[in-house]
Amino acid sequence: MQQRKAVALVSGGLDSMLAAKVIQEQGVHVEGINFFTGFCVEGHTHAIRKKDKAKPKRNNALWVAEQLGMKLHIIDVIEEYKDVVLNPKHGYGANLNPCLDCKVFMVSKAVEWARKHGFDFIITGEVIGQRPMSQRKQTMPIVSAESGAEDLLLRPLCAKNLPETKPEREGWVNRDQLHDFSGRSRKPQFALAREFGFTDWAQPAGGCCFLTDAQYSVKLSDLWQARGKRQYEIDDIMLLKVGRHIRPRPHFKLIIGREEGENRFMEGYRKQFIHLKTVSHMGPLALLDGVANEDDLQLAARIVARYSQGRDADQVRVEITRINETPYEIDVAPIHSDDIKEGWVL
Amino acid sequence: MSEIELDARNILCPLPVIRTQDKINSMAVNDILVVHCTDPGAIVDIPTWCRINGHEVLGIDEQDRDIAIRIKVCES
Repeated sequence: MQQRKAVALVSGGLDSMLAAKVIQEQGVHVEGINFFTGFCVEGHTHAIRKKDKAKPKRNNALWVAEQLGMKLHIIDVIEEYKDVVLNPKHGYGANLNPCLDCKVFMVSKAVEWARKHGFDFIITGEVIGQRPMSQRKQTMPIVSAESGAEDLLLRPLCAKNLPETKPEREGWVNRDQLHDFSGRSRKPQFALAREFGFTDWAQPAGGCCFLTDAQYSVKLSDLWQARGKRQYEIDDIMLLKVGRHIRPRPHFKLIIGREEGENRFMEGYRKQFIHLKTVSHMGPLALLDGVANEDDLQLAARIVARYSQGRDADQVRVEITRINETPYEIDVAPIHSDDIKEGWVL
Repeated sequence: MSEIELDARNILCPLPVIRTQDKINSMAVNDILVVHCTDPGAIVDIPTWCRINGHEVLGIDEQDRDIAIRIKVCES
């Protein structure tokens, strides 16, 4: 009998790991696919922040693939994903998270990939009732239909709660060996993981996407408002993940490194931004996003001085570098914390 | 057999892995790829990607922030 091939959407979390394993156990050849949207929590912040250096750095999707002995294809979808973020047909969740549109998009990309590479069906780790927006009984058929996957989309962890799919009807997989998980409880997943002998899996707190994060969403909304248009580039969304973001004026904000790792990461952006650095005292690197006149730069320097070791000094010397210009220095009094207005800190 | 250098500096994982993957997919068996990167996460992620996709890491050279990962493209 011909060995069937399935492509599994692998996030790096437990559910997609289990879904792929369930199908592998039925003798199907499974390969993983993982989409990089630019908003993925996976990896980035750990790589940037020095204080996280002691933590093991691993890409969980790659780690899962290695545990399961399957290939993983990581696809850069940054450009195409913009339309999902900017124009979600099904709207946003609690923050700027377009979860249902995101799922439709990812499954549709997986369908495209499967057709191109001669794979028979697509599997996901979705569980009915697991997520309030994208994983509900009502949304499952929406994802199948709008992605173009139709009955080639199999959810092994909750398949028994859903209509039969083609892989089940055709006998490519045995429905009896699939599962009927539902709801937010993780107990069935943990039990199945133990059954498979898994002792380690990723447990991302707060999901796998920065768009579900309230503070990140505030910063993204601010970016759109300040620029007068809902657009972004990859550098914008990377920089929203690092530093303190302080907008003292509508036409500029400061991104101030919080520790050495962030400062070093931000150094890579010095040519693209006006930047400030304290020179009389140890202090952070700050990037200025927007436009600034001399008064604005004076204010920016006072704010940067506030976050340096000279915060209690009468004067702090700050080096200012405009784009493609020679740096110059000014002496400023660090701004008092009471003068940092409510609403400046994003 | 050819040797190719890939500059993946100042980008964060998984982008160095994606760049490596895309480059290797266009190379021939026994070619050598040297990936230059600065994200410390790449030290784990690129070798993992190589293992699961059947390519061989010949060596990793770390000089301060700069990391060079030397990969032999294998049949996969």
